[in-house]
Amino acid sequence: MPIIEMSKVTYTYPGSSKPAIRSIDLSIEAGEYVVITGPSGCGKTTLCRCLNGLIPHFYRGALEGDIYVAGFSVKKTPTSTLAQMVGMVFQDPESQLFLLTVEREVAFGPENLGLPREEVRARVEEAMNLVGIAHLRDRSPHELSGGEQQKVAIAACISMKPKILVLDEPTANLDPESALHVLNLLLDLKVKLGVTIVLVEHRLEAVASVADRVVIMDRGKIVLDGHPRDVLRKPLVEAIGIGVPKVVKLYNELKKHGVNFGFTPLTPDEVRRAILEVMRGD
Amino acid sequence: MIEVHDVWYSYEEVVALRGVSLKIQPGEVVAIMGENGAGKTTLIKHFNGLLKPSKGYVKIFGVDTRNASVAELSRRVGLVFQNPDHQLFSETVEEEIAFALKNFGFPSDVIKKRVEWVLKLLDLYELKDQSPFALSGGERKRVAIASILSYDPDVIVFDEPTVGQDYAQKERLAQLIKLLKSQLKTIVVVTHDVEFVAENFSRVVLMSEGKIIADGSTRRILTDSDLIRRARLTPPQITQVAWELSDLGVPKDLMWVSEARDAILRVLGVKY
Amino acid sequence: MRILAGFEFKRGDTFIHRLDPRVKLAYSIAIFTLAMIFTHTVTLSVLFLSSLPLFYIAKAVRKFLKTLQGSLFLVGIVFVVNFITLGFERALAMSIRLLLIISCFSIFFLTTYPEDFAEALVKLKIPYEFALTFTMALRFVPTLAREAQLIMDAQRSRGLELEKGSFLRRLRNFIPILVPLIVGAIRKSIRVAEAMESRAFGASPKRTSLRELKLERRDYAFLALVIIMFVAAIYAKYFLAIEELISTFLRFG
Repeated sequence: MPIIEMSKVTYTYPGSSKPAIRSIDLSIEAGEYVVITGPSGCGKTTLCRCLNGLIPHFYRGALEGDIYVAGFSVKKTPTSTLAQMVGMVFQDPESQLFLLTVEREVAFGPENLGLPREEVRARVEEAMNLVGIAHLRDRSPHELSGGEQQKVAIAACISMKPKILVLDEPTANLDPESALHVLNLLLDLKVKLGVTIVLVEHRLEAVASVADRVVIMDRGKIVLDGHPRDVLRKPLVEAIGIGVPKVVKLYNELKKHGVNFGFTPLTPDEVRRAILEVMRGD
Repeated sequence: MIEVHDVWYSYEEVVALRGVSLKIQPGEVVAIMGENGAGKTTLIKHFNGLLKPSKGYVKIFGVDTRNASVAELSRRVGLVFQNPDHQLFSETVEEEIAFALKNFGFPSDVIKKRVEWVLKLLDLYELKDQSPFALSGGERKRVAIASILSYDPDVIVFDEPTVGQDYAQKERLAQLIKLLKSQLKTIVVVTHDVEFVAENFSRVVLMSEGKIIADGSTRRILTDSDLIRRARLTPPQITQVAWELSDLGVPKDLMWVSEARDAILRVLGVKY
Repeated sequence: MRILAGFEFKRGDTFIHRLDPRVKLAYSIAIFTLAMIFTHTVTLSVLFLSSLPLFYIAKAVRKFLKTLQGSLFLVGIVFVVNFITLGFERALAMSIRLLLIISCFSIFFLTTYPEDFAEALVKLKIPYEFALTFTMALRFVPTLAREAQLIMDAQRSRGLELEKGSFLRRLRNFIPILVPLIVGAIRKSIRVAEAMESRAFGASPKRTSLRELKLERRDYAFLALVIIMFVAAIYAKYFLAIEELISTFLRFG
């Protein structure tokens, strides 16, 4: 059974005349690493909010269709329950950290659950060590760099031991080096904890090669959904205005001149491999 | 013309700029790059006098910035900051854009014309009577840019304009820069977006730890693995492809898809 | 703004730092009460001088001196007003009273971890939500200060001149600073609310706490001292009429 199941989901924000997402059908299995991308305003953030109950409980509005997360109906389950299964990391690193020290931030979730103190402490230590921020424990969030702040946010979710991590453009406000650190951390956590990852991201070059799936959205609908190698080379992706990784553009350009790689390369070394294959094939 | 001469700048105990020297001629389009904390934003704040050097001097069109006010310098050097929400405060988009013009004492008929011109230029005419707070993120960003372009400064400096922008918005920005260049404006962009720079800029000033470590052709700098590493940047993806294929005879200084395509077709002996 | 230096938390591991915030608060309130009850220059001075060693123990003398420096203006006003209306001795007494009040709260804020302060409020049966609001306000002060600076930079770059013009004009010029700041704060608060919801705020009616404030022996000892001192002072004031005695003896006050 899929861990996330959205069927025919349409949602309109209160006071809005048009739906932000329309007739969304999306099914994600446990352990998948799914990247969602699309131009500004396509509904990516709205979709994320449906996964932990912020829609409909925090944002109100008109929600049609069914959303099931880890077996729970999102419409009927409060966010405080869903938050135990779905951790969410937001785009602005600073405003999602609202306590005075990193340690308290990571403890906030387990504290809310009313867990015994030793359990809270154990989870805080584990989360901070997994993410590699134990040395920051007494620091105040406003003193940290953007990359460190996002790591704290991730740790603060991990301490709840969620099955799913949803991240809405977590690297948008970070410099490239910090962005890579955060994305590598995500991969590490997926391997170590087996969490399902739903990542909204524009930097496709950085994630295309590790994602199991890419979901392309445009104007509130899902227009493409499949393996990165299949999806990214389609002309529709560029036509919508998405920044396709340069290696995929290269692949398409070479194809126009009759050079066909056996597969869509997603990294520079895959380009090399593809060319060597072609050369051997001659 | 912007002249930075051996500028040192510190605040509290941090030395942010260590002996930076730089000249930007009228009409140039320059990208300033470097890791977080390299001093890029600190440097551009010297261009309109927001910061004054602790040592050395900065001259804008011959005027030493220590002898002029921020308002006077801003009249010729427009700074577009990263976050539009740090400046939007008016009741309508039109008023917002007119703000700088009013501050600089333009007569009201000129203000009207200029505002209309920039509204049309940035595709904001339909939104002119709306509250800036009701607009989408991309629209607010355009209003911020419009509010600087409206008073027609000679130099326009953008601080991290590509952060949080999607591909289409970046394309739009690139088009705008081209347009401004054709109007003989001087453009300076602070960014860490290597791909954006590779596509749109011919000159790069690379900074690291308060110093300028390279200043010259984009191609020469962004394909230099040593410099890239020192500045903690990633090289353009096509450059990485070129390095992977260098043993096959592909030149190491490629940046664009079209060049890589041609080089590979050559390697494979395909006529094109 | 130097006056605020003595109210800003200074990291440390001194005896005062380790005292439970509730006990320190009790001290501050006790001294404040005494400051209001006593009226003679000599008694107020004694109270003031007796609080100074605490700053030394807390290794926060320099910060406290900054606050004293910053408060000279305020104290000056108090002195002048009282001098004109009530005479020299009253002016002196009121000035010292003001200094005393500043110092008794300063020591509290200098040596109490902000998180523990919120914790203390909860222990004093104030609902968690209120303590949390207080904590979050503290948390975002430096952030808002930074935002204010960025906003000023952006608006000055559009020709806004904050230093020029009449008083009225200068006041009006703050609108382009305040509006983005307030709107930004509102936006931030929505994001904070989202983040709190997303981490199960309100999941359980009985919330645990990572750290627990427990009263130790040193807390009881200090509290005992404070109580003794307070009682002794009250006795001196009302039963021994110590202030009248001093007045007569010194022919002053």
